[in-house]
Amino acid sequence: MSVGEYIVPVVICVVVVFGAFQKVDLFGSFIDGAKEGIDSLIKMAPSLIALIIGVNMLEASGFFQIVSDWLSPVCGMMGIPPEVVPLGLMRPVTGSGSFAMLNSIYEQYGADSMIGKAASIMAGSTETTFYAIAVYYGAAGIKKTRYTIPAALTADMAGMFLSAWIVRFFG
Amino acid sequence: MLGYIWLGMILLSVICALFTGRLGQLSGAVLDGADKAVSLSIAMAGSMCLWTGMMKIAERGGLTNVIARMLSPLLRRLMPDYRNDRQAMCAVSANVTANILGLGNAATPLGIAAMKAMQKNNPLRSSPNNSMIMFVVINTASVQLIPTTIAAMRQAAGSIQPYSIVPYVWVVSAVSLILGVTAAKILSVRS
Repeated sequence: MSVGEYIVPVVICVVVVFGAFQKVDLFGSFIDGAKEGIDSLIKMAPSLIALIIGVNMLEASGFFQIVSDWLSPVCGMMGIPPEVVPLGLMRPVTGSGSFAMLNSIYEQYGADSMIGKAASIMAGSTETTFYAIAVYYGAAGIKKTRYTIPAALTADMAGMFLSAWIVRFFG
Repeated sequence: MLGYIWLGMILLSVICALFTGRLGQLSGAVLDGADKAVSLSIAMAGSMCLWTGMMKIAERGGLTNVIARMLSPLLRRLMPDYRNDRQAMCAVSANVTANILGLGNAATPLGIAAMKAMQKNNPLRSSPNNSMIMFVVINTASVQLIPTTIAAMRQAAGSIQPYSIVPYVWVVSAVSLILGVTAAKILSVRS
């Protein structure tokens, strides 16, 4: 039993007790929220279908194998598994694309393997940076980005390296 | 944008398969991929709904307001241009709170509202000021209490401990947030 496994019951308990104290309609609220979960899954499914097909084709064609063979000397020096590099490159650009990639990593190596764990942490601790920049600046009518991209990518790069290192040392 | 990426994936895999001689395997991969996406979505549905349901209770009980109030002093310091702009700071802390709780549906509209409120008092007009850039950097570092989608995917993939990665995700996203904020500070002095 790792620390992570305690989080689920603790968070559920805290939320339900807090909700009861605040006199929230617990069951009704849960149902409403769960409906939103279904809605967002349905919204996500079509792009997931498109992108899992794409990732699957790349996988079957041997592309990821070639890329990771090619990257492995460099990655070896930096201590990150080359198999997660395509995910790291995809993550700032597309959410569904990186989930498709993550799923392909789980199928290849298993979710509880070193590579699977590093990929999980990487996908969980970074965001679709370019999408967020496009949406937020676009909505406010901002045309230039100044130093936004280098600053945001610093956080993404850090996330990619740290997730591989943390699994290596504590995994 | 996504269209080009998809086109790139398909063309790249066909070209690559020509060289590796795996063209025959591609058709199987297409059908299998479509299948997998649907079964993955169904397998994820239960735990995704668990968390959106839980977070709806938290939201209705006012937990989001409590967290937003706690974050407010820190956010004011990170975005000094809007220190006294109530409307902008409210939207900013509501957005960051929604991200922490994993309320994806709520976070994006709140973020847009925050950006528009900040744009009202932006002397640079078509360029973002330092506080606006800081807001984007905080958003892209993805600080989240429970990475629900990842955990649901791990569960669907047959992980024995789908949530075991959560403490690591906290550490990694906190450190990358600090590094991102530091990078933004350094770059703002230089520009």
